[in-house]
Amino acid sequence: MKSLKWHDPERVDQLFHALDQRILLLDGAMGTMIQQAKLSEADYAGSRFADHADLKGNNDLLTLTRPELVTDIHREFLKVGCDLIETNTFNANRISQSDYKLEELSEELNREAAKLASTACTEYSTDDKPRFVVGVLGPTSRTASISPDVSNPGYRNVDFAGLVDAYREATRGLLDGGSDLLMIETVFDTLNAKATIFAVEQEFERRGERWPLLISGTITDASGRTLSGQTPEAFYYSVAHARPLAVGFNCALGAEQLKAHVKSLSQVADCLVTAHPNAGLPNEFGEYDESPEIMARTIKTYAEDRLINIIGGCCGTTPAHLEAIGAAVSEFQPRPSPMKAIKERSAA
Amino acid sequence: MNDTSTGHSNDKPRYTRLSGLEPLVITPELNFVNVGERTNVTGSARFKRLIMDGRFDEAVEVALQQVENGAQIIDVNMDEGLLDSEEAMVTFLNLIAGEPDIARVPVMVDSSKFSVIEAGLRCLQGKGVVNSISLKEGEEAFLEQARRIQLYGAAVVVMAFDEKGQADNAEHMVHCLERAYTLLTEQAGFEPEDIIFDPNIFPVATGMDEHNNYSMEFINATRELKKRFPHCHVSGGVSNMSFSFRGNTVVREAMHSVFLYHATKAGMDMGIVNAGQLEVYDDIDPELRELVEDVVLNRRDDATERLLDAADRYKGDGKKQEKDEAWREKPVAERLKYSLVKGIDKYVVEDTEEARQDYPTSLEVIEGPLMDGMNYVGDLFGDGRMFLPQVVKSARVMKKAVAHLIPYLEKEKKKGEKKGKVLMATVKGDVHDIGKNIVGVVLACNGFDILDLGVMVPTEKILDEARKADVDVIGLSGLITPSLDEMVSVAEAMTKAQFELPLMIGGATTSRAHTALRIDPCYDSPVVWVKDASRSVDVARKLSSKVNRAAYAEKIKADYAEYRERAATKKNRKPLISLENARANAFRPDWQAQQPDEPLKPGLHVIDSWPLNDLVQYIDWTPFFRTWELAGRYPDILDDEKVGEAASSLFKDAQEMLKRIVDEKWLTASAVCALLPAAAEGDDVLLYKDESRDEVLERLVCLRQQADKSSENLCLSDFVAPVDSGVPDWAGLFAVTAGGGIEEAAAALPENDDYADIMLKSLADRLAEALAEALHRKVRRELWGYSADEALDNDSLVAEKYRGIRPAPGYPACPDHSEKEKIFKLLDAPGRIGMTLTESFAMLPTAAVSGYYFGHPDSKYFVVGKLGRDQVEDFAKRKGISVEQAEKFLRPNIG
Repeated sequence: MKSLKWHDPERVDQLFHALDQRILLLDGAMGTMIQQAKLSEADYAGSRFADHADLKGNNDLLTLTRPELVTDIHREFLKVGCDLIETNTFNANRISQSDYKLEELSEELNREAAKLASTACTEYSTDDKPRFVVGVLGPTSRTASISPDVSNPGYRNVDFAGLVDAYREATRGLLDGGSDLLMIETVFDTLNAKATIFAVEQEFERRGERWPLLISGTITDASGRTLSGQTPEAFYYSVAHARPLAVGFNCALGAEQLKAHVKSLSQVADCLVTAHPNAGLPNEFGEYDESPEIMARTIKTYAEDRLINIIGGCCGTTPAHLEAIGAAVSEFQPRPSPMKAIKERSAA
Repeated sequence: MNDTSTGHSNDKPRYTRLSGLEPLVITPELNFVNVGERTNVTGSARFKRLIMDGRFDEAVEVALQQVENGAQIIDVNMDEGLLDSEEAMVTFLNLIAGEPDIARVPVMVDSSKFSVIEAGLRCLQGKGVVNSISLKEGEEAFLEQARRIQLYGAAVVVMAFDEKGQADNAEHMVHCLERAYTLLTEQAGFEPEDIIFDPNIFPVATGMDEHNNYSMEFINATRELKKRFPHCHVSGGVSNMSFSFRGNTVVREAMHSVFLYHATKAGMDMGIVNAGQLEVYDDIDPELRELVEDVVLNRRDDATERLLDAADRYKGDGKKQEKDEAWREKPVAERLKYSLVKGIDKYVVEDTEEARQDYPTSLEVIEGPLMDGMNYVGDLFGDGRMFLPQVVKSARVMKKAVAHLIPYLEKEKKKGEKKGKVLMATVKGDVHDIGKNIVGVVLACNGFDILDLGVMVPTEKILDEARKADVDVIGLSGLITPSLDEMVSVAEAMTKAQFELPLMIGGATTSRAHTALRIDPCYDSPVVWVKDASRSVDVARKLSSKVNRAAYAEKIKADYAEYRERAATKKNRKPLISLENARANAFRPDWQAQQPDEPLKPGLHVIDSWPLNDLVQYIDWTPFFRTWELAGRYPDILDDEKVGEAASSLFKDAQEMLKRIVDEKWLTASAVCALLPAAAEGDDVLLYKDESRDEVLERLVCLRQQADKSSENLCLSDFVAPVDSGVPDWAGLFAVTAGGGIEEAAAALPENDDYADIMLKSLADRLAEALAEALHRKVRRELWGYSADEALDNDSLVAEKYRGIRPAPGYPACPDHSEKEKIFKLLDAPGRIGMTLTESFAMLPTAAVSGYYFGHPDSKYFVVGKLGRDQVEDFAKRKGISVEQAEKFLRPNIG
């Protein structure tokens, strides 16, 4: 990896200073909040895409068609004390957007989403409590190391180069829109994540500067492995070359089930550790309904055991959950980490 | 938060952390990491065959066995010339990604091509290892590759290779690797624990004294490297060191075990090994261990000889000796059969005599046990369970038996009934007879009576002899392209003379296409192209059978007619571009930017007698096996499951004869070459008398590719600076032969020994090629001198990794054989080294090579391919010959 300077050294200093002091709070679920707004097809399409069919459910498109709604959701999480705000870009890459035939929007979606998050963060930032925009790079709907065809195990419907192209474009938008950090998240196939790292790193090199990077995998079930079969340790070793500021896990499991895996990671990671579990496991309606209090109680044990530096919420987590979690971890020190080395290394 | 907290501090031990689906942390407790070697096409003949055949399912099994046998990493290598290595790498890695029992371990992506490495890295979700990169191409390329690897996240094996060459002594090894370490850690951002050194494991006990210390060099380098770079690892391909004992598993395993025992003590902590086959050091037979240790540690001068002497005793299970002689107890018929199948001539005369006394007549000995044995050999050969060299040996035994019976047969005045009589001839103008002799032997083994007219046989003689001897089939053979036309002439003459005998066509340049398109239409009776000796029996049998012949002939005629039809419809599919456009798309290097090198020693060089023992190292053995119809690349072929035994036995015999050729000076090798001022004029290369460049000695007429392609349309003249560039350039001519004295040598061989005869000729051919290689090297290093510091091993020579080319007229880059005349004239090859040309431009002696030298760094071999009418006419004009004559010279490239 090329040695590059930070894009905004002052901002990074603020971030490191905050991470040194306390466990930082990442926001909750954008999708859950959008669902609550009960939008129609016309809401999704807006006037710009009025002629375009089947856009309902394309949450990333709301950045363009309902920007105020998205910004308001950011504001709600900022209000309850979240330090890190994730852009509304989980599916804003070319591959996922091709499901809606909107692949050409990829860069714009990322750029505009970062701008919305940036606007909201600026409103709430103070010297004591700076807020940061986390540009989100989601997993796409395809896997580079698993065949979608059971009878043809060597087949792939996406390859490394295709992923690199898609992520390169998304990264460009996120950085142009003003992201302070990037997060490769919900990694269920590590090869996808490695392609993302490749793309991000190339974009850094092109710009001659870098941004702090978070990488968060997903342990899909009780097997304790990613969808593509890796253990938490193997996952970390596979992405460590990106020199992330933090690695962690999110989604799929509730705080209770995720804890053991976060612990495995915490034991081997040379960098900071982050987690954003779901609000419990899905109920019989497929909804995540663990209450803020119960979730916060479990998260508190993460902090007690000093496993984490960053904590947030994934599916089903509302501002109320984050408020409770924030309160629960506030009295604890973050996971001990060689801050200086991480800072040097992640910039190296 | 602070830096001194326990558990996560900065001074955590630096272990290499790799991953597949599961982590592999290389801690000192692991001692030694086994890297599985069997999923490597260059190391495992079986794996290679599976991949080449596209049997990926079974190839995946090989990977699984490696992991089950304890491989902690698997090495995957797809470096095979005939393979799309990138594609094979991707296919295989994607397949094993779906097998959790394999995918749990990290992958070592192994290739000498970086593009293949990258293709592999793009398939790995885990953190793998790259094998390997080196400073061979200099620091810039090295750093570029290292940074690229960093983007994918992988550890890296660095090979001890720098701009000067591959390191073969400890000092050079350490020097290369220390340099690599500094670059990787200081400029490419590598962590020391992600660096694995491969100081190079070379074969020992090869018989070359300078190889004796290779293992010690590795061990010493390892010790020094581990001292200087404790976080790095030292690895190597272990089986390479025992290379000279191929075929002897017991000795090889002992060598690996002893080597590892000492190398790991010095700090080697990783190795590419056959994970299922590692002998325990303490379990090795103490005597063998001592002998092996002498070799590995280079403890005594005669260590190699002593191990070689003892090696046979350790072959197989040790019971062989007893079993070997057991067959002597069997009845005589079985003993004869055994001798024939195994090619043992030791007892054949006494057994034949015993049989003669048992049987009523000598003829019945032949038709009984001897023919039974030969039929069995024929069956095995037909089934692919015996191979040509073995069959030729069987024939030798048969001949010996028959020779013993001949006096008795004559007394009995009876003649054996033959299956048929085949006339064999190499056509006029051609002198090559190895293939023809092989077919003759194979047919003779199968009961055919062979009338061999030899080489350079004129059409009239073929027809006369065929009439006189009342043969059943005529077989024509030829190696060079003009012979193709000659075969057409024979067919035409046969039609004119109202022959009805079937014609068999064979030889390296012959093809189904040529036979179907050109020969078959000239002759109404059957004409059959025979691909190789193994097919000849079946074809000859059908053609000489009164019963089957008509039906077979009809089928063949129909096949060829259909082939012609298909060829006619195919013809227009790929149009050629005009010569003008092809010339516009020529390769045009920037002559001003890169001025040609002036030869250090221009002019003529004659070497009367090149030492044969110097040539042995340059021999490319793969074509030798091809001559004997054994398919596979040397040295893998010796271990090949199917032909390995036959190949090893042939190779052993070849080595024995080669030793005698060298020691007893059976052959002389001579060479002549000249480096002359030259300039390109259009598609011609002008050769000047001297540096004044006033007088043109000769004009070499070259041919240009006319295929419609995106890359350049090449012509050899593109590699020489044009006249109007004003840049002085040079080119060379050469002619070499290793066939001096071959007639005498052949005459001195035991009578009736076709095996020895073919062996001698095929070895002479190899020596001639080796001489061409050696001379080219001398030209590059000393005479022209543009690569004065070139140091390549023979594999690299064979792979043509050097700068400059030596194309030969009659080969794809310059298919016109007639240009040889110019080379022979300018070099005075007949006067200086006794080489001559036949009317069809075949060289005599046959073990010979002649051609041109071009030195441009981008010069390369290419295939001229199909030529348009415009170029044929242009070519005729430039050569000053008729268009008709030009068509004759260029026939294979037209249409």
